[in-house]
Amino acid sequence: MDLILKVWRQKNNADSGRFEKYKVKANEHMSFLEMMDVLNEDLLAKKEEPIAFEHDCREGICGSCNMVIDGRPHGPNNGTTTCQLHMRFFKDGDTITVEPWRVKAFPVIKDLVVDRSAFDRIIQSGGYISVNTGQAQDANAIPIEKDLAGQAFDAATCIGCGACAAACPNASAMLFTSAKINHLGLLPQGEVEHSKRVQAMVTQMDEEGFGMCSNTGACEVDCPKEISISNIALMNRSYFGSVFGSDKGSK
Amino acid sequence: MKLDGKTPKGPLDDKWTNYRSKMDLVAPNNKRRLDVIVVGTGLAGASAASTLGELGYNVKCFTFHDSPRRAHSIAAQGGINAAKNYQNDGDSVYRLFYDTIKGGDYRSRESNVHRLAEVSRNIIDQAAAQGVPFAREYGGLLANRSFGGVQVSRTFYARGQTGQQLLLGAYQSLSRQISLGSVKMYNRHEMLDVVKIDGKARGIIARNLLTGELERHAAHCVVLATGGYGNVFYLSTNAMGSNVTAAWRAVKRGAYMANPCYTQIHPTCIPVSGDYQSKLTLMSESLRNDGRVWVPKKKEDVMAIREGRKTGNDVPEEDRDYYLERRYPAFGNLVPRDVASRAAKVVCDEGHGVNSTGLAVYLDFSDAIQRYGKSEANTMGNHNPDAATIKRLGTAVIEAKYGNLFEMYEKITGENPYVYPMKIYPAVHYTMGGLWVDYNLETNVPGLFALGEANFSDHGANRLGASALMQGLADGYFVLPYTIGTFLCNEIRTPKIDPNAPEFEEAETSTRTRLEKILNIKGNQTVESFHRRLGKIMWEYCGMSRSAEGLKKGRQMIRDLKAEFHRDVFVPGTQAEFNPELEKALRVADFIELGENMMVDALDRNESCGGHYREEYTENGEAQRNDEDYTYVSAWEWDDDQPILHKEELIFENVELKTRSYK
Repeated sequence: MDLILKVWRQKNNADSGRFEKYKVKANEHMSFLEMMDVLNEDLLAKKEEPIAFEHDCREGICGSCNMVIDGRPHGPNNGTTTCQLHMRFFKDGDTITVEPWRVKAFPVIKDLVVDRSAFDRIIQSGGYISVNTGQAQDANAIPIEKDLAGQAFDAATCIGCGACAAACPNASAMLFTSAKINHLGLLPQGEVEHSKRVQAMVTQMDEEGFGMCSNTGACEVDCPKEISISNIALMNRSYFGSVFGSDKGSK
Repeated sequence: MKLDGKTPKGPLDDKWTNYRSKMDLVAPNNKRRLDVIVVGTGLAGASAASTLGELGYNVKCFTFHDSPRRAHSIAAQGGINAAKNYQNDGDSVYRLFYDTIKGGDYRSRESNVHRLAEVSRNIIDQAAAQGVPFAREYGGLLANRSFGGVQVSRTFYARGQTGQQLLLGAYQSLSRQISLGSVKMYNRHEMLDVVKIDGKARGIIARNLLTGELERHAAHCVVLATGGYGNVFYLSTNAMGSNVTAAWRAVKRGAYMANPCYTQIHPTCIPVSGDYQSKLTLMSESLRNDGRVWVPKKKEDVMAIREGRKTGNDVPEEDRDYYLERRYPAFGNLVPRDVASRAAKVVCDEGHGVNSTGLAVYLDFSDAIQRYGKSEANTMGNHNPDAATIKRLGTAVIEAKYGNLFEMYEKITGENPYVYPMKIYPAVHYTMGGLWVDYNLETNVPGLFALGEANFSDHGANRLGASALMQGLADGYFVLPYTIGTFLCNEIRTPKIDPNAPEFEEAETSTRTRLEKILNIKGNQTVESFHRRLGKIMWEYCGMSRSAEGLKKGRQMIRDLKAEFHRDVFVPGTQAEFNPELEKALRVADFIELGENMMVDALDRNESCGGHYREEYTENGEAQRNDEDYTYVSAWEWDDDQPILHKEELIFENVELKTRSYK
């Protein structure tokens, strides 16, 4: 298939950036990133600079890849990361637009690569259970209801890619933050620090410059792990509960 | 040089306990004065860095990723072993130890493996306390499943994302230490050299990948937890960034590379579909709990399937060859990985492969769907269910167990595995070889430690499923934090290491020269094209089966490739900027040299064992070990022209060396 790509090129953060057009030949079995590899090999053959993009595991779990494809983070398919998107979902002759995440708190480093260290700092502010190595009791000493463990897992499945913030018109990181808060807060192990954690993580999220949630639901739609927006409601309840002293975990 | 594994004396069961109880310690007030560098933030690196931080050391931790959470441990699917015996099925520390030694084809060190089995139990406790959402039963207690090469259920799991959840647990602990100030984190930094002063590892040269700046980082000791080197084959299940550079740079500074030829080819991966392909995707071994592996017996069925006239579903039961169940009735579809991979190669070489390339076998869940469907219907009180009900209920059970894997398969292949049997083929997955380490996980370079997949110590010639996560976390949480004290207790009077020392100057200069040389070649071939060619050579001559003739040829081809690379590679841009092509070029240059080491090692080992299968040494189609001559660890002191082999004899005091049989 013959495609035209409109790709965002930006030398560095100081550069203002622009779209460049490229022609590329692909076939339907390729993944989107393999198509980008082909384009980069073409550019290198012409001694031109390849397009910088972030990628690593290429199986949808590391959270590195981050392209806005035709206006949607990770492209047209729900529940799919960029690396798992395959070219059979495009047609011969298509023009495809490729951009980086557009989020104030994720400054562009080069081309499609952005700095997502804000997410690390949110986790560092309290996204953990304070237990040192060696302090643990026997794992079966705390039974946890199967469904509850499943709910915690559903939140814990977040890969930290940032698509939620990129999809949100307010560039809000509330889906990411709430997923971690609820993963930990739903479990008895995480309940002890829950109130403190909610306060600390929400404060850090605000300091990083992410916007507020206005319930558009775009984050849930574009989350490659299909994390539910109800996590945000649960986080809000915990946040107000922690402010007014009535909160006892995410349950 | 005689290699001393430093195995403590005494009975196997008590070695670790006694050693740990009597080793010299570093007092808390002295820990504050000691600096430790940890390179890598996968399971081993993140768990080590956080635990060392908790103990009070000053830790600097490095990753080339944009965040420690992206290390490739994140992609591990199936599970983590532990000798908890929660299932009451006869498991014990000894059994896990024995299974691992046998699974490794009697090529690992008894004392290290026993310690691994002992601490496995603590890992599960630690992870549960961190909030890792392991799978649970209705009673709220932890669930287990089985993996290849064992006859008990000792694998703990979190759906098909166990590595992700365990890594996030370790990452969160690390994040806590970062926020407390005991660990200083350096993201997007790649280690390009080890610095030795008076023979001891005292720091690293790291390149800031955003600015290109070469930085000197000094410490009292250096810990490498930098993963495996499977990407030497270009196509593997490893992440694109996984590389051998940190370990290979240590080798260039005198560390020994042990057993580099032991490569694990995983039997259940999605087959290759085209030349543009950049990586292969694993389908967890846990699938072999419920999937049956087969190929058509008749060539006409094979041809019809390859030409798209038939699907696997059209082949009647009597015309299917369930070759693992036929050849290995005791373990059936759950034979270890090396055995399953070779068996797949055999049936495909005989012309029974089921996709257009002829390189694929079926992994079929239809029997499991039937079995689970009936049992679910029974529990609902329906003792006479119709076929559609059975299928619906059975499919739901399979979906609950393996949903994310089936989804991933469908995304990649475009085929629905609930309807058509999966097609799979072996692919490079893990490397048992790595830096040589003693019982303390210290390499032959004093003060340089290696953990997890980066060392060679626990898996012998073949790793059992769900043991990589176990080893990474055992090393990082429960072994290194103790054993590092054996080195550091003699350093409490050593002042801060000076990054302006001439050794740092020399290392920085030689690194800069190496970078500039590669940039100045300005040839005509891309880094990627060299990497692909290297992968083809490795797969052809040092892959699933090897021969003396092929290995000699392969070695020469690699040497030619190396010369061509340094003459004709094209790397755009400059050193002093964010330059992903330059990063790749440095990694591929190191892979090429490692590839030669692998060929040399495979040629030295005139036997077949585990992941190392030499065509000349077989017995009735099975691998033929030679215990008389090869019960040793090969530790290579690398030199391009005259590599020197150091042997560590393996002494088995507790298990009897037997022909490994899964029949």
